[in-house]
Amino acid sequence: MESAILKIENFYAYFGETEILKNINLSIFPNQTTAIMGPSGCGKTTLIRCINRMHEFVQNARVSGKIFLYDQDIYSSNPIVIRRKIGMVFQKPNPFPTMSIYENVISGFTLNGIKLKKSEKDRIVEDSLKKAELWDEVKNNIYRKGTFLSGGQQQRLCIARALAMNPDILLLDEPTSALDPKSTSAIESLIIELKKTVTIIIVTHNTAQAARISDRTAFLYLGEMIEYDITEKMFTVPKDKRTEEYLTGKFG
Amino acid sequence: MNNIFKRTVKDKAFKYIIVLFSFISVVPLIFILLYIFKNGISAINLKFFTHLPKPVGEKGGGISNAIIGTFMIVIIASLVAIPIGIIVGVFLSENKKSRFAEFVRTSTDILLSIPSIVIGIVAYIWLVKSMGDFSALSGGIALAIMMLPVIIKSTEETLKLIPDHLKEASLALGVPYYRTILKVILPAGISGIITGILLGIARIAGETAPLLFTAFGNPFMNINILRPVNALPLLIYNYAMSPYHQWHKIAWGAALVLIILVLILNIIAKIVIKKWKVQF
Amino acid sequence: MNNLNADIFIKKSHRNIQIRGNKFSGDVVFKKFLFFSGLCIIILFLAIFLSLVLNSIPSIRAFGLNFFITKVWSPPDRQFGALPFIVGTLATSFLAIIITIPFSFSISVFTGEFYKEGVLSNILKSMIELLAGIPSVVYGFFGLFVLAPVIRTLEMKIGVLPYGVGIFTSSLILSVMIIPFSASIGREVINMVPADIKEAAYSLGGTHYEVIRSTVIPYAKSGIFAGILLALGRALGETMAVTMIIGNSDFLPHSIFSPANTMASVIANEFTEATGTLYLSSLIEIGVVLFIITGIINILGKIIIKKLMVEI
Repeated sequence: MESAILKIENFYAYFGETEILKNINLSIFPNQTTAIMGPSGCGKTTLIRCINRMHEFVQNARVSGKIFLYDQDIYSSNPIVIRRKIGMVFQKPNPFPTMSIYENVISGFTLNGIKLKKSEKDRIVEDSLKKAELWDEVKNNIYRKGTFLSGGQQQRLCIARALAMNPDILLLDEPTSALDPKSTSAIESLIIELKKTVTIIIVTHNTAQAARISDRTAFLYLGEMIEYDITEKMFTVPKDKRTEEYLTGKFG
Repeated sequence: MNNIFKRTVKDKAFKYIIVLFSFISVVPLIFILLYIFKNGISAINLKFFTHLPKPVGEKGGGISNAIIGTFMIVIIASLVAIPIGIIVGVFLSENKKSRFAEFVRTSTDILLSIPSIVIGIVAYIWLVKSMGDFSALSGGIALAIMMLPVIIKSTEETLKLIPDHLKEASLALGVPYYRTILKVILPAGISGIITGILLGIARIAGETAPLLFTAFGNPFMNINILRPVNALPLLIYNYAMSPYHQWHKIAWGAALVLIILVLILNIIAKIVIKKWKVQF
Repeated sequence: MNNLNADIFIKKSHRNIQIRGNKFSGDVVFKKFLFFSGLCIIILFLAIFLSLVLNSIPSIRAFGLNFFITKVWSPPDRQFGALPFIVGTLATSFLAIIITIPFSFSISVFTGEFYKEGVLSNILKSMIELLAGIPSVVYGFFGLFVLAPVIRTLEMKIGVLPYGVGIFTSSLILSVMIIPFSASIGREVINMVPADIKEAAYSLGGTHYEVIRSTVIPYAKSGIFAGILLALGRALGETMAVTMIIGNSDFLPHSIFSPANTMASVIANEFTEATGTLYLSSLIEIGVVLFIITGIINILGKIIIKKLMVEI
């Protein structure tokens, strides 16, 4: 078997006194899509926000345990460097409202104060938008504000923005929950295409979506990881009764 | 049936009373504006803006020293209050729940409520007494203390409305916190912040009380910030309280200039908030 | 091929990122800087308070609490009692509030309930904003030259001494000045009443009047009180307009038509002429009292409104 790109070991997360995640152990494999699913409030969003250390912006948040990117311990590295290696796309599309489409895509560089030549910028923008399958739709309006796009286009713009930094891992936090079915299917096919170049971790509460696009699925329930397996296996022969109940819609 | 009729009549009467009283409240405004316009316009000509005041008895004379003085004081106040105000506004919007921030917020509210005359006393104690003379600087500092809470409040209110997910988008790109604030959050709130600044300036441009014993007034032209200067509201006060008809006329002219200045600031503020509004 | 180049390039820029990213301390410094700026505001507030109190010590020593109940203010005799100004301030402010209530209430209901949008409401709102924008000294000027002669005629008709200037004239001008302030708080309070409660009342067949009287007002009672309190705070501290039309008299006022002085106006009138430490520090002590009263009123008003928001 391939070696894991990301390893989560004995991981706990707390907000104040409340335990959100209990003893999570998980290995993510390169160029695969891993889905994290579970009913709302199970801690799935917290889990991926721990991976790029975004949870640290919540007051009273603390963690124990380790997460490794390759061999590097994320929690003893500079979070700013980690976030540049692990990109993230959020539930609600959030392009920067003051910037054009072009500026949005390149914002990871400009905001970090990295100077690039115009030609280099052009190439990164075009490349990232192509990867996010948005280039054809926006190439004539690239200097217009990103907020004029439709919701689905905005979300793909956010994906392009994350891809421009050439991340090792892309975290997607329910990226289609605010979108209509047509935009959702566009994003889903994009995810399938993207995993050739990047490792994807996607949070979803939609079991059908997990089944459609992921290679592996982890099922979280009340902060515990109940089951983690190849998607096909989990959906056909779940080992745990709770997984089966969730998949058949008994709760959630 | 009779009952419903009575109720409807009562309702109608109530509505008419509300409308009537609302529009009566506007009558003084129309009176004041018309009066100032009528009396002020005859005093205004080019010399009014370029000449110095003349001694009693001589005709003509302008308010150029007061206009320059007002600009000096307002610029000093802005240079002090705007940067500090924006920074504190950022601090408050970034620390919504902390105890310490709550103290800062309460202090800001109290600063906002201090009567302007009391701020004049403080500036007198701090600057005039220690430097031994009235000055444009002390007037500017007094007005800065008045302007500061206005800018803090408007910055905080503006930044609070910027959705959190915008900040997250930037942080998730590995952008340091301070760059996120400077390059993402502040630009997104720029229209609100500028509006706050303009309204803050409009508020202090017409202030008189804190200047009475700081900038003090000066019948001559002065551009040294360590010496007393005249200002439009001071000139209006001094001339209005004088017994000379000729000076009253100049005061009406100055009042018209001051009101137009404040009006323009308000209009620009409205335009900024409409045109520069960032769509989230 | 093109794609490959771009990839190599981005990999290269990643190295840059790592080098720059190691400068981690920027955020710590920035956060300390923000914290420090907040601290400055607290220090400013304390410094203002302390300077005022320290500079009024001579007067506090000389008169103690008698300062507030002595009705003689006589600089030549070095005798300073603030009672006339306290009475003058309370009289003008309360009178102004009473005059302004029906107007402010009407505007609040007009813009908050009857015509929330539309041309009429926008015109009214802009005019009220304009009212707030007129400088205090201009109100005083207008009051002195236009309102005072009218009041003088009135005073002659009803047979009191025709000063023209005085408590009543000041209250009238003050009431106009605080309209924008109290009306905007009033509108806010009315908007705080949940729409579904109002709709429930309308759906039961209530008229506008009945809904406002039976649901909006009871709901917003504490908010209206807070609004009056905040407007009072405004009126107490208002200086210039009052200074110009109150008549500048240091004697205890006898009636609402008497000339008088408020706490703010006596400072404005006498501060630069005050000779001697005791005179000056007596004026500063009046400033301290004004500061404390307006501060308390404002915090109280804000707490009431905050509580109301939580309850709704």
